[in-house]
Amino acid sequence: SLQVKFVPDEDVLKHIADDAGTKVRKDKAQLSVSMKRFVKKLEDISDNEAQEILEEKNYVAALGICAQDPVGNGSNISGGEVYSFQTPKRSSKMAELASELAQTPEQKVASDHSNCPEKMAKTPQSSSNFMWAEIVWKCNLKKKEFVSTTPYRLRKRLAAPDPYLESESEYSASCSEEEDEEDQKEVSTVLSSQKIPGKTTAASTPPPRNSLAKKIKEEKMGNLVEEYFEAHSSSKVLTSDRTLQKLRKRRLNQQTLHDLLKKAPLAYAAEIKDLNQQHESLFSKWMLQLHLGFNIVLYGLGSKRDLLEKFRTSLLQDSVHLVVNGYFPSITVRSILNSITEEVLEHIGTFRSPLDQLEFIIKRFKEDSSLELYVLIHNLDSQMLRGERSQQILAQLSSLPSIYLIASIDHINAPLMWDQAKLSLYNWLWYETTTFSPYVEETSYENSLLVQQSGSLALSSLMHVLHSLTPNARGIFRLLAQHQLAKKDNPSYPGLSFHDFYQQCREAFLVNSDLTLRAQLTEFRDHKLIRTKRGADGVEYLLIPVDDSTLTDFLEKEDEDV
Amino acid sequence: GCFVFKPSTKKRRSSEKTAHDFRSRSDDSEDTELRFVTCQSLWTQIKSETEQIQEDLNKQLLDNLVNFLSRSHSEFQEKTTEWTCRMKFREIPTAALVLGVNVTDHDLTFRGLSDVLQDNVTPYIALLEAKDCPGIKNLMQKLMGQLMNCDVDVDSLEDEDCVQVSQNRIRCSMSSLISWYESVTKKTDSETPSKKRNSSSRQWQSPPVVVIFKDMESFTTKVLQDFIVISSQHICELPLVLIFGIATSPMIIHRLLPHSVSSLLCIELFQSLSCKEHLSTIIDKLLLTSRFPFKLGGKVLQVLINIFLYHDFSVQNFIKGFQLCIVEHFYSQPLSVLCCQLVDVKKRVYSLSHDQCENIRRLPSFRRYVENQESGKQIALLTYDSFLKEETEKLLEDLHVYHENYVSILRCLHVLTSSLPKYPLGKQIRELHCACLENRVWETEEYESSLQLARMLNKTDLVTMLQQCVEILMSSSGKEFDKTVEKLKEFLTQFQNLEEASQERDVSVSSQKELQKKTDLYHLQKTLLELKESRRSKKLTKFETLRFEVVDYIDSLVRKYLVPADDRTLHEIVYFNAATILRGHLNAAPRTALHTALNNPHWYLKNQALKCDGGGISNKAPDICIVYKLHLECGRLINLVDWLEAFSTVVMAAEEPNADAASSDQVDDIIHARFIRAVSELELLGFIKPSKQKTDHVARLTWGGC
Repeated sequence: SLQVKFVPDEDVLKHIADDAGTKVRKDKAQLSVSMKRFVKKLEDISDNEAQEILEEKNYVAALGICAQDPVGNGSNISGGEVYSFQTPKRSSKMAELASELAQTPEQKVASDHSNCPEKMAKTPQSSSNFMWAEIVWKCNLKKKEFVSTTPYRLRKRLAAPDPYLESESEYSASCSEEEDEEDQKEVSTVLSSQKIPGKTTAASTPPPRNSLAKKIKEEKMGNLVEEYFEAHSSSKVLTSDRTLQKLRKRRLNQQTLHDLLKKAPLAYAAEIKDLNQQHESLFSKWMLQLHLGFNIVLYGLGSKRDLLEKFRTSLLQDSVHLVVNGYFPSITVRSILNSITEEVLEHIGTFRSPLDQLEFIIKRFKEDSSLELYVLIHNLDSQMLRGERSQQILAQLSSLPSIYLIASIDHINAPLMWDQAKLSLYNWLWYETTTFSPYVEETSYENSLLVQQSGSLALSSLMHVLHSLTPNARGIFRLLAQHQLAKKDNPSYPGLSFHDFYQQCREAFLVNSDLTLRAQLTEFRDHKLIRTKRGADGVEYLLIPVDDSTLTDFLEKEDEDV
Repeated sequence: GCFVFKPSTKKRRSSEKTAHDFRSRSDDSEDTELRFVTCQSLWTQIKSETEQIQEDLNKQLLDNLVNFLSRSHSEFQEKTTEWTCRMKFREIPTAALVLGVNVTDHDLTFRGLSDVLQDNVTPYIALLEAKDCPGIKNLMQKLMGQLMNCDVDVDSLEDEDCVQVSQNRIRCSMSSLISWYESVTKKTDSETPSKKRNSSSRQWQSPPVVVIFKDMESFTTKVLQDFIVISSQHICELPLVLIFGIATSPMIIHRLLPHSVSSLLCIELFQSLSCKEHLSTIIDKLLLTSRFPFKLGGKVLQVLINIFLYHDFSVQNFIKGFQLCIVEHFYSQPLSVLCCQLVDVKKRVYSLSHDQCENIRRLPSFRRYVENQESGKQIALLTYDSFLKEETEKLLEDLHVYHENYVSILRCLHVLTSSLPKYPLGKQIRELHCACLENRVWETEEYESSLQLARMLNKTDLVTMLQQCVEILMSSSGKEFDKTVEKLKEFLTQFQNLEEASQERDVSVSSQKELQKKTDLYHLQKTLLELKESRRSKKLTKFETLRFEVVDYIDSLVRKYLVPADDRTLHEIVYFNAATILRGHLNAAPRTALHTALNNPHWYLKNQALKCDGGGISNKAPDICIVYKLHLECGRLINLVDWLEAFSTVVMAAEEPNADAASSDQVDDIIHARFIRAVSELELLGFIKPSKQKTDHVARLTWGGC
């Protein structure tokens, strides 16, 4: 992270003066004038921003917004605040925020000071330090966004109880002094360029301050855009190298996770209940609007599953309805259509394509006006349903006058699924239903992010498959796993070549010919236990597509068994 | 993941369940049934009206198209040599139909088009959409399916066996299409009795085959090219006509098709009415009329127009919004039962219950009205229901009259302002309407400047304007305008007299000449200002005094009749003003809602602990908010371990430090679990995704503040 050194005012001034040229040194007063101007300009920038936000507000107001809506969404936030490229305060990083939020007791702050005296610099002692603090602030602004380091200080503090972590240095990259100096230089160049208008003002009329500020603002904007691409083009990202593995935490599987969460009390249960009651009062209105040809889409933070379930149980008991759990990982449009044709229309037979099936459904619903169907889709924007073709089919379904669709969306970019044509087919009425209830069901299926869970799953499946194999086959796999673990520090490890592997297996009396080994490998491959890759030289390399930690666990378990 | 639920008892809900839904909520007041019926009848009325308008507007276009189609293959019918010579060029007659960007409205146009064609030109019409035709094979299949089906429909009674031929069994090729066409036309030739010949649709023995490409831009170039080349080979056997629906500009044809292909087409361009004109007509016919009792408030109209102008240009959506307004109004306003035609008002007012009378007394506009009455009447209004009902009826009639007059005067004012330079009050009447509904128009700056400009109008403009106003007022149903019309006519005759006495004008002529000399705007303005200065001292000419009189008179009319609706008593009954609700339903901002919920949970959860000033967030906020806030401080990649630790720091601080050391391990696990849940929720919301770049890292998907 940015290291801050304490530098006395005189030094800073000297430093600036050196860079700026000799003229300034002569007249110290003028320098401070230009400094003042600089500070003023920064104020201008913020003024300008405020101005722009005001303009956006005007636009929103023109769209007919009323801020006094007591319950409604926070739609009185202008688009600019949500989408802007505004720079978050990079200087205060995650941990700083955390500690800020935590409002740590006195004693910890004290340890902070002892750990890193530079923090003292953050709080300027006297007013004479003001200018200097300004520069520091500017430094922080200048800091490039993509250097997102993890808080050093916090980690130290937090890591203290865990000696295991302390023993290693976990920085993959650290900010050097040079970078700091670079920043300083930048500031000084900024200041020196600042000085030029200052000089001219003495001679001629001052340039319109407002336009200048605007220009700077534009520059800043341009910088931000550039920074975005810069940050996303460089493959190198600076974060700490620590992994969950080193925490030596017990791995949580879905069940224990569930149990643990049950123990944790649901925060703000009363308020959430209030929210839900507000939404439930709308149920009859929803029914009315569904019947008048609109379809309803719910959005807002929090799981809307319970709400829809309640709607279903309270109002749809007497009618045919279809519930689609969009978050279910293997749901397809096909299965939705199938359940309509097979169970609702009681049609036996298959269709060549979903389009044919859709046509059949549309025909049946048009012929028989007494047919009515309510469709509830939880998470219309889920991975499996968000495709263009699925949405097209669902939209066409929903446009039928006797199919009533009520759906929920959660993803921030969900509305991008629909173009004008689909929107008009869907004929949505949007309802904000922020519930703040946890997404229990919705997240229980996705295991990609729950590293812990996916690890345990992979491990159990590994064990499962291996247990059904012969001891020799297990030995072969062990050999491969051990070899892979031995090479785990080599990032460009391509895998074990077939030839070498054959040699090793022979030496361990596991196979007697390369044919038997090949047969065994085919079986592994079929169970996705190994992956083969052909190298540049045409040699076959074998690799176990499981992360190292799981592999280690696996070997440990194997040893226990033996 | 799909579950079908069927009611165990096979009882079907009665058909009037919609009415039931309407009723179920508003148990607090009666008349719901009546309200629902009124709502429905009003909506059907409006719907048929809009359809009528649409039809009328498209009539011109459709007539032209029908003309073109019947012309295009007339030679084919006559089988003259001229045809054969043209045939050499193999040109397919093509109509390029420029429909504009409002794709959602096109469906209606095409439906109308195919209906008209079916009636007048040919039964053989195929409507193709790009999404059905990824390849030439699918296109041919679709085309033949539609053509042969329609054939089956036409003479299904005559040969049942034709139905048996399912479309997938036919080999889809041009030759089979041609043989089908020949057989069909021969059959009609031989079989059709003389009566069919008399009918208009059968005036051609071999009607053309019309293929409509609904969205030409979305078709793949290859498919289009192939189809055109193939069919041009067969044009002499099959009288094919193509219609391209184009959303952008006619140039797209040449961009999609190379010259060698486009030279096979004989393209004629047709332009449909622009959506803005369509909207103007709709507003004119639906809103600026006293036919419908239901009215839109200024803000609501503004929202609807803004959605139209800034988002989709779709008239269909505008009408949908209008429907929503009607439903909302009748659903949420118990007094909307009085929002009906004037003839029914009396009956309905007298059948109002006591509760409803109380509702009337609660209306803000009515309270304002009561406060302005003398005390005796006040008491009567507030205590006697019968007196209140009488008064209400009178007020509703007043409101109706007000609206009639309003529309007429609004049109007059529009005639005046739309001829002014730079249109200070807007070019369209809808802008003027919004301005008048919103607040007192005569207090606005724009109105001031337009009067200023009107005082400088020349005579001919002024006279034509006055004539138009007279026409408008004469045609209006309002009864109060007799005097006004008389007055305006008087002005007109005075202008007439002026002309006769024009010789007397000497001063103004010279100044007029001076004006004509200068050409550029700056000087003109300057001289005008000078003139104004000089005139102040000078005696006004007759024309000028008259002009001032006219403008002042119009001003007085505006002040009298264009009072904003909000100032009228009982306006709540007929005006729908809940713009926020409308906007929330039609033009929602899901991302903003998420943003608010994550950044400021107190907005939703009214708990004192969550209250925090200055954009911050308290450490007692829900887990997901804390996790979100922490992740905002990170760059492109986030280390899960650091994230977890930062999270637990916050959470531990929020909870009171637990003295019990033994349970700390368990607490740790719970925090861990909570973290996992919050992170996977963020993933579901699309803020992060797992990354393979580094172990135990996730990638951020948003940039900057959100």
